[in-house]
Amino acid sequence: MTRKVIFPVTRVHEPLRVDVEIEGGRVVDAWVSSLLFRGFEPIMAGRDPRDASLFLQRICGICSTAHAIAAAMAQQEAFGVVPTPNGQLLTNLIFAADLIQNHLRHFYVLVLYDYVAGPAVPPFIPRPKGDFRLPPKTNDELSQHGVKGIEMAVRAHEMLAVFGAKAPHQQTIMASGVTEQATSERIMAYRAVLREIKHFVETVYLADVLTIAEYYKDYYDIGAGYGNLLSYGMFPQPATGRRAIGAGVVIGKNATENLDGGQITENIHYSWYRDAGETRHPGEGETQPDRDKAEAYSWIKAPRYRGLAFEGGPLARAWIDNDWRRGISVMDRIIARARETLKVCRLAEQWLAELAPGGPTLRPFEPPPQGAGVGLTDAMRGPLGHWFSYQEGKIRRYQIITPTTWNFSPRDASGKRGAAEEALIGTPVADPDSLIEVGRVVRSFDPCFTCAVHAYPAGRMR
Amino acid sequence: MLSRRKFIQLCMSSALTLSLSDALTPVLRQAQAETRAEKPPVIWLELGSCTGNTISLDNAVNPSLRQFLDETIDLRYHWTFNAAQGEQAVAAMLETVARDAGKFWLVIEGSVMTADNGRYNEIFARNGEMITGLAALQEFAPQARYVIAVGDCACYGGPAAAHPNPGGAKGVWDVVTDKLIINIPGCPAHPDWMTGTFSHLALYGLPELDAYQRPKMFFGRTIHELCQRRQQFEDGIFAAFPGEDGCLYRVGCKGPVTHADCPLRQWNHYINWPVKAGTPCIGCASPHFPDGMMPFYNHLPDIQTPAVTVNIKKVGAAFAALGIGAVGTHLVAGICARRIHKHYLDGTKPSDPTPPETLEQVRQELDDLIRQQNALLSEAKQLERPQRKPRRRKSLLKRALSFWHTEDKDGKGK
Repeated sequence: MTRKVIFPVTRVHEPLRVDVEIEGGRVVDAWVSSLLFRGFEPIMAGRDPRDASLFLQRICGICSTAHAIAAAMAQQEAFGVVPTPNGQLLTNLIFAADLIQNHLRHFYVLVLYDYVAGPAVPPFIPRPKGDFRLPPKTNDELSQHGVKGIEMAVRAHEMLAVFGAKAPHQQTIMASGVTEQATSERIMAYRAVLREIKHFVETVYLADVLTIAEYYKDYYDIGAGYGNLLSYGMFPQPATGRRAIGAGVVIGKNATENLDGGQITENIHYSWYRDAGETRHPGEGETQPDRDKAEAYSWIKAPRYRGLAFEGGPLARAWIDNDWRRGISVMDRIIARARETLKVCRLAEQWLAELAPGGPTLRPFEPPPQGAGVGLTDAMRGPLGHWFSYQEGKIRRYQIITPTTWNFSPRDASGKRGAAEEALIGTPVADPDSLIEVGRVVRSFDPCFTCAVHAYPAGRMR
Repeated sequence: MLSRRKFIQLCMSSALTLSLSDALTPVLRQAQAETRAEKPPVIWLELGSCTGNTISLDNAVNPSLRQFLDETIDLRYHWTFNAAQGEQAVAAMLETVARDAGKFWLVIEGSVMTADNGRYNEIFARNGEMITGLAALQEFAPQARYVIAVGDCACYGGPAAAHPNPGGAKGVWDVVTDKLIINIPGCPAHPDWMTGTFSHLALYGLPELDAYQRPKMFFGRTIHELCQRRQQFEDGIFAAFPGEDGCLYRVGCKGPVTHADCPLRQWNHYINWPVKAGTPCIGCASPHFPDGMMPFYNHLPDIQTPAVTVNIKKVGAAFAALGIGAVGTHLVAGICARRIHKHYLDGTKPSDPTPPETLEQVRQELDDLIRQQNALLSEAKQLERPQRKPRRRKSLLKRALSFWHTEDKDGKGK
């Protein structure tokens, strides 16, 4: 049995360390560690509750809009406001643009070079040793698409800026809508770019994904994990609040159940924090960082739903919405992500048609002196929750559980592995010095470790 | 090759129809062909960051990231782009540090986490030993040709360094004190600011920097000075809530104290920028972001005293009536900034005073100006009517305030 370490795992967002134990050419045990702690939650204490959305999106540069929207949803509940119909549609359009951007970048910047040999210039060399199976012509074609794919991601951010002012870190989303106006020329601008991107997704992105799936069929059987899937749903519709992509819970690939927020707990047995109790509902207790804690190996806490580890992301959403149920594996995650990109392009077209040009996109409001709220939405890579309460115009407690804490959680007190750790078990390893296969499994989750934000207090979850 | 002056004019130009990197790439290519410009090896380290600046740089790259890598910089290590992982990637980076010492550029994104001796952020392993971001920075910086901090976090600490700063986040220049750090702030930094600065470094060496070590060609003027809604400020048309028409000063715009050229340049290929989209500037390119800029939706110096409810429509009129105060401050700031710009183009050195950077400074200057104004006015009155018996003097501010008091909120009078 040999133990190997990959640190840093490149082509993910921010520091990730993976330790694997290999026996007989397969991974038999795995540990994933996040190695950045910034502590955004204590920073929020004492601040103006209206600022949460703009400030907290700065947790993450790739999924900033998701944080802004989760915070805005929590504000809506706390302030007792609802967005105008146009405001909700614009919020959805901004989020859609960011999601499309994220999925394109994930495939063409982060994942592609696991399967395709890139050009012979840094940073594409040195190249990891491993099985690059594509025939040279196909390989070059996909490598060229890498250039085009990034261009399309840039275009998606332009589309975001049409209504979101700038990207990354849009600046227009507020609790009651969006500050930008839905003028016909802006709608046209968004639609023009969207059409271009949709064409690219239909003709290139989906085809590229299927090409890779064709040559790497064995990855349909690698990286399965528990089969526990979780989604909070995303894109609430104006007026009804029904989500265009639904929420739900799937345990062990069984039937979809309804989500019950009260079942969520967090455990810190293997995380670098100290607390009187190890398992808590998000928001209870006082946790302090302690980098020297014995046995701990990550800055991420271990969130559990009914005591079980869950994975989130495009595959979980597609499974819950019955869009893709072929299986759970590395390739299924990549395919589900591509299919979701197209789905969101189509939804965005629909929202553009529903917009009333010139209609109000925002409703002025005055926050009441105190309040509390919960904002649950899926981000690009899984379920994202914001919980907060404020008094006398100042935030008292803020708590966030990010998607990567679900997907890349460490073990809990009972020794149960996190979702990605479990998915790594059984991964074949050809060369223990390269571990390219392990990288492929990890990247299929689209991990992002800027989100290790936890520290102490937060309001009791409601 | 372009002269340096022309290059700066190009960088500051608002007439670009494509991205700045589009305009710069041919210049660089030509310069490299004439071997005047180097194609520097670059090591890009992400410390306590959100990856936003990397994404932002990626956004600049028109026509492609690859062209930027082919023609501008030789990106040896950046963990978002490296094909290699783990040991192999680290070995390539350490080889660059050893072989190209004194030649490579070190780009830092994200704040330096200093709590617990840097152990809140570890970024690679060497011979089984975990290396913190802090240690890597301290080791590599002395060997680098240039150290460039991109984004507000790397420059000045940024959001992670906001009170109470649980991770001990600091800007690079707080940690590496014996070397000049080139700061390119912004949350995130605009792609043009990065490509423009990188190109200047490659073509002409160090660009001219201000007191906060920012390239003056991008950070020489305030948002307020360049703003499209500036005229509405002068005319006293103020938005009462974000999203409305009018100057956003009253709903928290930090443009008057933020040095950046967003209004000129705009974001994501010149599509939009916050104030144009109806949302106040939050001062994300400022050295005092975010603590000095929050609450985001409250206006700068808080003139809304408990004694008086200021009608939003009257503020502009009041400022115009005072003829000084905030407007004066902004004018001073504007004049200073413009002078810096002029000096910059002429290659001469500007002399202080520098425009206000913090709310405190603005408030101070405003107070001073009002005090001077009142002193002058009362002096003038005494000279004008020396024979009258002394009256209880009312300050101009009080007069102005009482003027507001006498009218209802709609400004229609009693």
